[in-house]
Amino acid sequence: MRRLKKDLLLVVGPLVLVMAALPAVYSNRLLLFNFIVFATLAQGINVIYGFTGYLPFGYVGFFGAGAYGFSLLVMHLHAPPLVALGGGAVAAALLALLLSPLLRLSGAYFAIASLAAALALMHAVSNPELEAITRGPYEVSLSGVFSPRAAYAAALAVLAGSVALVVWLRHSRFGLALQAMRDDPISARMAGIDVVRARVTAWMLSAVIAGLIGGTFAWYISVFYAETVFSGQFTTFAIVFALFGGTATAAGPLLGVAFLYGVYNAIGISTPQYFQLIYGALIMALLLFLPDGLASLLRRRGVHVP
Amino acid sequence: MSREEPLLVIEGLMKRFGALHALDGLSLHVSAGEILGLVGPNGSGKTTAINAISGIFRPDAGQVRLAGRRIERLPSHRIVHLGINRTFQIPKCFLSLTVRQNVEVALAYGRAVAPRNAEELLEWVELLPHAERPASELNSAQQKLLDLARALATSPRLLLVDELAAGLNPAEMERVAGKLKELARRGLALLVVEHHMSFIDAITDRVIVMNAGREIFEGVLAEAVRDEKVVEVYLGGAHAA
Repeated sequence: MRRLKKDLLLVVGPLVLVMAALPAVYSNRLLLFNFIVFATLAQGINVIYGFTGYLPFGYVGFFGAGAYGFSLLVMHLHAPPLVALGGGAVAAALLALLLSPLLRLSGAYFAIASLAAALALMHAVSNPELEAITRGPYEVSLSGVFSPRAAYAAALAVLAGSVALVVWLRHSRFGLALQAMRDDPISARMAGIDVVRARVTAWMLSAVIAGLIGGTFAWYISVFYAETVFSGQFTTFAIVFALFGGTATAAGPLLGVAFLYGVYNAIGISTPQYFQLIYGALIMALLLFLPDGLASLLRRRGVHVP
Repeated sequence: MSREEPLLVIEGLMKRFGALHALDGLSLHVSAGEILGLVGPNGSGKTTAINAISGIFRPDAGQVRLAGRRIERLPSHRIVHLGINRTFQIPKCFLSLTVRQNVEVALAYGRAVAPRNAEELLEWVELLPHAERPASELNSAQQKLLDLARALATSPRLLLVDELAAGLNPAEMERVAGKLKELARRGLALLVVEHHMSFIDAITDRVIVMNAGREIFEGVLAEAVRDEKVVEVYLGGAHAA
């Protein structure tokens, strides 16, 4: 337990301080906000992929469900934003429960089935017949609750919570059980673990993280379309950042986002014409030479990575 | 279902895989403190029997009773909680975890009635010096012992041992035989699947010979080798009698 507290202080403390202070000295608030969004999604991927080995290509489905869950409560019930965020989390959790039979699949089958589910959800939400409820293909506007400052603070709290969750998984028996299942599900059953329940729990935790950050995203930008919040780019970035940094650690995905999203924006500004070339080469080089991510560089030198 | 019933009783166990009758009405029993050998040619259903008892899959018909309680429809983790555990023919350790964590996770989730600590278990299988190494760095004999320690961490009353001796050298085999006998002395019931007849001979009180999914002989090994049906399934009809 002492190690848990130490790691929490080591990772969550500085992260919150830095991200809370940065808006005062750096003017591109949207970039900072996006950093928080991607860092949170990378941690969500970390929970389900890093600890259980399930890679959901349709992870953005939970993000979109959170964004719409939040927006429906604000538009139709005039709920206060913090209550509506709870609605976003519930929407994502329900979706995860509905999709939990997908966990019977494994590997590429699971990845593709989850992608199909996310696409199906996007098309259902943007169905013109549902205009009265979801606004269908038209823009969702939440100008009544527009408050970037509050949304930023809420997003930072969600990020801090998701990092704390991963630190806890690293030190708890539940996290150990998940890793055992990832290594060998049959042997895990013979260790007395209720594998199905543990896997669904991890799946739902991962979904709630995406749902909460999806809700804050809707709150922050306040005007969006279904295509915006169901964009596959969220999934791709979250997976790439998490893998780049190193999964099954709390610090890895944060390193991944800081480095890759930093480079992404730097190239985007300095040499936009070479952007995709440089970025693609960078990711390929990492996967070839450092498949366990940046965190493994530190671990190889005997540094404890929380 | 009287109190005097042996610890494990199996009656008419059936398991089909498509057209193959992997288990075709297997019946057997094991008592506390007893080591029962389960032998038979390849494909006779020995490992299938262990998989069905440990809940890896459900039998199509028949009963498995542990201390009078029917368990054949329970999920494996419940069966583990009730006091059955097993080792695997090819050891299935948690390779990314340390040796100690491999045992700790079973201690945490096994709901052992008399939990022991990881040190004691690792000491017993002679892996304590490797406790902090990843399980992936162990050799296959050590992985088999770790698999055994993981199984014992849930303090089973019945231990199913699937070809523990295969791939061990004679000295290792003798040590493992001694350990299994020690477990039986402590009161565990053991069901041991094995191809090494000398190993079976050294540790078992009684053997069951299986062929085509059912038992064809029950008794001591010395008699089994003189049994006409056993000789026939092992050597083929021409050699019989």
